[in-house]
Amino acid sequence: MLALFYILAAISVVSALIVVSARNPVNSVISLVVCFLSIAGHYILLNAQFLAMVHVIVYTGAIMVLFLFVIMLLNLNTATEPMKSLGMRVAAVTGGGLLFITLAAAIRHGVAIAATNAFDPGVGLVKTVGHVLFTEFLLPFEVSSVLFLSAIVGVVMLARKEKHQPDAPVEPLTEAERARRTA
Amino acid sequence: MNLDLLAALVPALPLAGAVILASLRRKLSANGAGGLATAIMAVAFACSILLFMGFDAATGGRTVKLLDWIHVGGMEIPLALRIDALSLTMMLIVTGIGSLIHLYSIGYMHEDERAPTFFAQLNLFSFAMLMLVMGSNFLITFIGWEGVGLCSYLLIGFWYKTPEYNYAARKAFVMNRIGDVGMVLAMVLLFQRFGTLEYATIMDAATGFNDPMMIAATLFLFIGATGKSAQIPLFTWLPDAMAGPTPVSALIHAATMVTAGIFLTVRSSVLFELAPFTQDIILWVGTATALIAASIGLFQNDIKKVLAYSTVSQLGYMFVALGLGSYSAAMFHVTTHAFFKALLFLGAGSVIHALGGEQDIRKMGGLKGHIKITFITFFIGTIAISGLPLMSGFFSKDLIMAFAFEHSPALFALLLIGALMTTFYMFRLLFLVFYGAYRGNAHPHESPLSMTLPLMVLAVLSVVGGVLNLPHLFGGHEAMKHFLMSAADGISNESLELSHTTEWTLMGITTALVAVIIYVAYGRFAQQATLEGNEAEMPFFKRLIAQRWRVDELYRALFERPYTWMSANLFSIAEQRVMVPIMTGVGAAANALGDGFRRLQTGYVSFHMLAMLGGLILFLIITLMSN
Amino acid sequence: MEEGIITAIRVVPLEHYVLLSFLLFSIGAAGVVFRRNTIIILMCLELMFNSVNLLLTAFSAHHSDPCAQVFVFFIMLVAAAEVTVGLSILVMMKRNVDSVDVNQLNRLKG
Repeated sequence: MLALFYILAAISVVSALIVVSARNPVNSVISLVVCFLSIAGHYILLNAQFLAMVHVIVYTGAIMVLFLFVIMLLNLNTATEPMKSLGMRVAAVTGGGLLFITLAAAIRHGVAIAATNAFDPGVGLVKTVGHVLFTEFLLPFEVSSVLFLSAIVGVVMLARKEKHQPDAPVEPLTEAERARRTA
Repeated sequence: MNLDLLAALVPALPLAGAVILASLRRKLSANGAGGLATAIMAVAFACSILLFMGFDAATGGRTVKLLDWIHVGGMEIPLALRIDALSLTMMLIVTGIGSLIHLYSIGYMHEDERAPTFFAQLNLFSFAMLMLVMGSNFLITFIGWEGVGLCSYLLIGFWYKTPEYNYAARKAFVMNRIGDVGMVLAMVLLFQRFGTLEYATIMDAATGFNDPMMIAATLFLFIGATGKSAQIPLFTWLPDAMAGPTPVSALIHAATMVTAGIFLTVRSSVLFELAPFTQDIILWVGTATALIAASIGLFQNDIKKVLAYSTVSQLGYMFVALGLGSYSAAMFHVTTHAFFKALLFLGAGSVIHALGGEQDIRKMGGLKGHIKITFITFFIGTIAISGLPLMSGFFSKDLIMAFAFEHSPALFALLLIGALMTTFYMFRLLFLVFYGAYRGNAHPHESPLSMTLPLMVLAVLSVVGGVLNLPHLFGGHEAMKHFLMSAADGISNESLELSHTTEWTLMGITTALVAVIIYVAYGRFAQQATLEGNEAEMPFFKRLIAQRWRVDELYRALFERPYTWMSANLFSIAEQRVMVPIMTGVGAAANALGDGFRRLQTGYVSFHMLAMLGGLILFLIITLMSN
Repeated sequence: MEEGIITAIRVVPLEHYVLLSFLLFSIGAAGVVFRRNTIIILMCLELMFNSVNLLLTAFSAHHSDPCAQVFVFFIMLVAAAEVTVGLSILVMMKRNVDSVDVNQLNRLKG
């Protein structure tokens, strides 16, 4: 079990690193998909069956596909972008590393939280999750549909091609006009 | 008749008059404003007379409390008036002579377009002066003190369009202010010692002969008095104050404001009796002032300046009397001096008015045929001030000189010299103005009744005023002295202990010498009008006196130059090199700081993300550390 | 079967999951700063989301709290909505400045 965890963890970390460092955006996307799948594996290890399924369907199946669509749409598969300045890169790596070290230091004495519930391995089954979802979290569940509606409307608004008349061409101000306006 | 109400009315009426006249100044005519102001002063005078008649000297005085003014911690200072013999005397002088001068001003300021303002300021001055003399504690007196200083400034600079007049007004105010510092210090010392500023309480509680604190307090009071009453060293403002209209010179700088210093000293006579050191200083300062001012008056050519130096000199005489402890003699001289000096000034104003503005006596002469009433009254004033027998000035001045002889014959001799100088310059003035041939270009005409009536009243008073304090020698009962004794305890100490023979001898010597001087002056000026020559051709000592002992130049070198030097340097060094860089530096620093912070807004998303990351790490570290 | 599952869940100590989650989060954060391509930045954001999901699920499994898993569900919901909107913004950006370089968006420079 532990070995399985380590393998999956290694896959997650390596693929994450590839996401961050790959030149070609498509490589990044593929690597991210691999990362997501490994995380789905972690979910299964934790007996979170419902989440693992939803994760694969929503994230890997929908969101990453969407990313790929956009990349293809914008024709970025061949693009290689210039790198950031060296200082920025160093700062980025340093920042990330510091963040990890700090967070790790936070739990150096172990994560000791008293469990509030009795140990129930059935947490993570579809039945349990569904039960909680539709009793305690019913309202957020319904409201999230409104969220989706607003997201859809927003996307349509944003991505629509504008059909208005082009503005009258703007001529630069003449010297006299500029002087008159700033006086 | 409610005496308290009368007492409150006396200062309240001029105050109301001032307010009304000031607010209606554009709508009133000159005559209307003058009439209202004079009427108010006349009513105030009537109230004063009623108070005087209803006054019972045996009670020693009453305090009329108007309201609880200051009540802070242990300090309690009410707004109260004190009606006793001393304040009644001064009230009568102020309102009486004030009414006459208001009447005179109607004619004098007839053509001035700002006449209503003038009358408003005159009424305001009367209010302030009345508060000064009627106050029941030092603070009320001080309010009046400052008020008369202010009104003096306003009135001297009344014709403000001429710059020199403004400088004169400013000079008067600044010198008064220097004296005021002394008065404030005295008040502080007295309050610290006695816990109150009420006259009645302090005079009752004053003890401690030769106490250093008492000496200090009285010295400070005297400094205040020198500022107001133009003694050495603060006397140079009075001649310059002649820039104001003549009624102002008559009222303020002859009869009332300049006597405030003497009034204050008499009020505090108990304190001065406890500080003989201060009394000596007062004596010598008064003598010096009397002599020096009289000497300057010998050479002046402006009719008003002669009278101004004469005023300074006569004030010196009053201070000599105070220094000798003869307070009622000083008050007697104040009264008679008010009569004849006001008369002389108003007469001079009449002359100036008659000549259409000329003030230089070298361009006058022979006016006795043209302006008879003015001449007769001026003549009476001159013989009064010279101390010719049976005039009012004779009694008051000779009383002071008798006290001086009692103190030391040398002092008497000095005062006698001063009296002779007074006679000389006054008669020089009289002869040069009225006798001989007319040396000017104008057309002299007599002044209207509104101006000559006060002259006549004052002339009568100058003649009979001696009756107020007629000495035993002449069969009188020294009425004023006994009247004032109820108010100022120090007066009980003064008593002349000369034999009658000595007194007659002194008077005889004085009168004889005065007559000689008149004869000399007559010879020099009445018949041939000997005018002094050029200043540059005079021998050194004469030139020094003609240049007024160069006191103004001395003050300029001692005070004005260092002060302007200091302020110029303070400006260039302290201000420009220190303050300005600091001020601009603050702004520049703020600017630089803002510039520095501006660099943080790079506009790049990743930079901001990095900044957020950094902040998050910092926050986490701090949280970790504190746990 | 129960034994196996209990053994499975409890074998991996919670600290491991927490550390893994932190590691993924740091990599994602570094990636946002590191890259200039807006799409990659969005993907790194997704990575950060996922690290949080993993953390929540781990706690839920170890402390038997189903609410955490429901919470993860909602996070996924919101992440999905956010990705759609983000990508549409990206499309608009490409249309306006003709590049997906995030450094092109510097009009807020002070």
